[in-house]
Amino acid sequence: MNETMKNTLLFGIVALLIMSVGFQQSWNSALLIVAMGLISSIMALGVNLQWGFAGLFNVGIMGFVALGGLAAVLIGVPPTEGAFQAGGLGVVSALLLGAGTVLLVIQIMKRMQPGWQRNILVIVVLVAGFFLFRALLDPSVERIEEINPAQTGFLGGLGLPVLLAWPVGGLFAAAAAWVIGKTALGLRSDYLAIATLGIAEIIIAVLKNEDWLTRGVKNVIGVPRPVPYEIDLQNNPAFVERAASLGFDPVEGSTLWVKICYIALFAAVLLVLMWMAQRALHSPWGRMLRAIRDNEVAAEAMGKDVTARHLQVFVLGSAICGIAGAMMTTMDSQLTPGSYQPLRFTFLVWVMVIVGGSGNNLGSVLGGFLIWFLWVQVEPMGLWLMNVITAGMADGSALKAHLIESAAHMRLLTMGMVLLLVLRFSPRGLIPEK
Amino acid sequence: MDFLNAIVALANYVLIPGIAYGSQLALGALGVTLVYGILRFSNFAHGDTMALGAMATVLMTWLFQSWGLSLGPLPTALLALPFGILFAIGLLLFTDRTVYKFYRVKKAKPVILVIVSLGITFIYNGVTRFIIGADDQNFFDGERFIISAREFKTATGLDEGLSFKTTQGITIITAIIVVALLFWFLNRTRAGKSMRAYSDNEDLALLSGINPERVVMITWMIVATLATIAGVLYGLDKSFKPFTYFQLLLPIFASAIVGGLGNPIGAIAGGFVIAFSEVTITYAWKKILVYLMPESLEPNGLVQLLSTDYKFAVSFVILLIVLLFKPTGLFKGQSV
Amino acid sequence: MSDPYGDRGNKDISITNPKGMGSEIPTRGDTSFPSPGGPFLIGDGMTAGYGNGPDILHDCTIAVDKGEIAVIVGPNGAGKSTGMKAVFGMLDMRKGHVRLDGEDITDLSPQARVAKGMGFVPQTSNIFTSMTVEENLEMGAFIRTDDFSDTMAQVYDLFPILKDKRYQAAGELSGGQRQQVAVGRALMTKPKVLMLDEPTAGVSPIVMDELFDRIIEVARTGIPILMVEQNARQALEIADKGYVLVQGANAYTGTGKELLADPEVRKSFLGG
Repeated sequence: MNETMKNTLLFGIVALLIMSVGFQQSWNSALLIVAMGLISSIMALGVNLQWGFAGLFNVGIMGFVALGGLAAVLIGVPPTEGAFQAGGLGVVSALLLGAGTVLLVIQIMKRMQPGWQRNILVIVVLVAGFFLFRALLDPSVERIEEINPAQTGFLGGLGLPVLLAWPVGGLFAAAAAWVIGKTALGLRSDYLAIATLGIAEIIIAVLKNEDWLTRGVKNVIGVPRPVPYEIDLQNNPAFVERAASLGFDPVEGSTLWVKICYIALFAAVLLVLMWMAQRALHSPWGRMLRAIRDNEVAAEAMGKDVTARHLQVFVLGSAICGIAGAMMTTMDSQLTPGSYQPLRFTFLVWVMVIVGGSGNNLGSVLGGFLIWFLWVQVEPMGLWLMNVITAGMADGSALKAHLIESAAHMRLLTMGMVLLLVLRFSPRGLIPEK
Repeated sequence: MDFLNAIVALANYVLIPGIAYGSQLALGALGVTLVYGILRFSNFAHGDTMALGAMATVLMTWLFQSWGLSLGPLPTALLALPFGILFAIGLLLFTDRTVYKFYRVKKAKPVILVIVSLGITFIYNGVTRFIIGADDQNFFDGERFIISAREFKTATGLDEGLSFKTTQGITIITAIIVVALLFWFLNRTRAGKSMRAYSDNEDLALLSGINPERVVMITWMIVATLATIAGVLYGLDKSFKPFTYFQLLLPIFASAIVGGLGNPIGAIAGGFVIAFSEVTITYAWKKILVYLMPESLEPNGLVQLLSTDYKFAVSFVILLIVLLFKPTGLFKGQSV
Repeated sequence: MSDPYGDRGNKDISITNPKGMGSEIPTRGDTSFPSPGGPFLIGDGMTAGYGNGPDILHDCTIAVDKGEIAVIVGPNGAGKSTGMKAVFGMLDMRKGHVRLDGEDITDLSPQARVAKGMGFVPQTSNIFTSMTVEENLEMGAFIRTDDFSDTMAQVYDLFPILKDKRYQAAGELSGGQRQQVAVGRALMTKPKVLMLDEPTAGVSPIVMDELFDRIIEVARTGIPILMVEQNARQALEIADKGYVLVQGANAYTGTGKELLADPEVRKSFLGG
């Protein structure tokens, strides 16, 4: 069996799996799996760029995805009336001051001789900067959060078309990645893993706690959409007629149509990114990356700047995750900082990359779809399995109740098993790198 | 000015909780650092190993409680702890045999083992939730306080109370015993020295006739013991909830790295550095400052540097600062 | 196609620990069988290389007999260290045999060879740097179940400086002292034959002379010594038997004196 046939077959199997959801459960669920599968594929594509082509270990995917989500809020949501006048200037100047403090510290570190004087000065500047920052920030934040806290209580966004948020989300993630990479991608060895792990937690902590920015755990709901609203479609006689002619009632037809619109948008983004990733890999830049990956010493000896290449690829990969994050928040129409969990947003993406095939873009896309399908469908499958297992047990037995209740936790177990089985029996993944 | 009350408040809100939390982190970081030193990768499943060990202990505790067994003023969990440790040892040895060993034989690079440990994380996490659920579980019994705030106030006549929880006392004492035993083992016994030799120079250890499989086995047994004890102490002191153990991964890694990965003394020092930074930076200092400052200067706010939700950020910033000034951590790494 | 168990160039020290990691020593069985006759230790007609790589040794023979010092010399990249490692079972033997004391040990792992009485001092990373001198010696005696305190006393007699520094970390010692620790560690098993891979690499001439004296002293106790040396002239002066290797094959063989006198050898390898 040649390679194209094998790959087509693999994608065909995943398509069949998703279609079976459409036939057995609902087409709405099936389309949702496709939409989220597309987003997952994009995330996997970004991580594959970092791991597959440069061997960089990013465990902060969650943070970059969340930054994308933040972009959707800041770009798409209309500004809160009076919030900027109340405290916007204070917040902006506090942030500028914070950035200034950091820049000042960097300058001191660069210009002064190492020694206790420098250390003391750095500490003094940091402490003074921190207190000034808080003194400027806190009152402004209080004023912003006072504005109609039940509905808004935050600055809001710019009220621009939300599609703009996708590239901006990428930019946010890229900026964060640049800062992380600059510090953690280092000299002879680096400490990127712990740095990304930490930054991701910090980003989530900021989103959860800075109510003026994201309403914190109160969530931002009603992020504007780039596609029509179901209710508008249902009130549109032309649409209702067309849906009826295809045999759908207006409610079902409208939800499906909205999903299809999203899928079209996401697919377009995936195709563009995929095309760019493939082009990049077969360019001199991509060949150099692989040369560095496979023999860094030789590449360095040939005068290749390894750290700079690593930084580039890390920033690019993270930006792709940011774009995916913005897309996801756009589709959800809401930003819920409490829902960002490392297992779901970091480690699951790793499973996608490894299962799909490290170093193969097509593999990442396959992994994205397959693993997302499993993530969603293992729960009903587990429930079914538990029902079969417990069928013989007496009703009301504690064990039976426990087993059925625990079916919900099957998905973590399954993801772990899938990852370990692939690593063991097909360590190059389903579509291996060429 | 009222120094005595200020000191009592400091001890009550900062020192005692900091020492207890620091001990828990140190025990966790010791496990991470041992795996890093011997097996040469960072074990992402360590938090969930703690959760599973603690879970086994919780289940045994419930069983003992249902039998009416108890240790009087001490929590029954201490009686169940050895069983939890045995369970964790069995689990880790089983995992090593079925999963990790394959990659050792293949001479896989450590980063592959890191990815493997991600898979193990999923499985352990799933198993814990499958068996005990995702919710908070209470398994503490016995006397709540060694010193309660009220007793302290009546005994000393001070305004500020000092409470010393049983769980905090047990945490500190257990941590001291465990650490002393571990260092005795590593520095005084043949098996312990062979572990250090293997960590220092694998090839030469091989040429000296040290059996790597045995070293790895002993390491997993020690790691299981440390993880279970850390998990149970944390669970007794705070509460047992599977997800919190996963979240402990960041402060534990931070502790191990701040101290210098691979160095047990560093892991302990790192645990306390991280714990005290978290506690002091997220504590509202007003309570202490009111005793120290003249009334006119009393602070209006809480004098809290950062909200407690930022405690992970604190561990991380401390880590960054240490790495910027001392890239190898406070103690040079590598001497398990 | 990249190695599925490789690290893709990752060198993240926050998750992986490159220090002290083992090299790829091939796995072997533990069967040896009698093969009487011949020298005490011989690598006979060895053709060998690393992993799937090309042959580095070509039909190379190295031997040492009781009471002898045998020295392997040759230009850089001649396969001197490789020959030594092949005798010790650290690379893939494609042809040839290794025999020790009337036993064919070709299929034994390096650890098993240690148990059979071979002592080996690698050229680099030959001590446990984070452990004390005494602990290094203890680790050398790891396979012994009897009381090894007299062996340790003998090592301290041979290298008195080590006794003074017994509680210091071996990594803190000077180059010459570290080599003494390395040799002492190998002597702790009471080996029947001692193999030294460039014991004087990177030490000053004075220390080198002292090390050679010590090595002669070890040889006088009856332990045959097989050694690779960069300082060919000095090494051949103390050698009973010399091997000159060129490109992984025997070029010249003879007693130390013969080789020193051989005009070809002098011209090519001893600088005139």
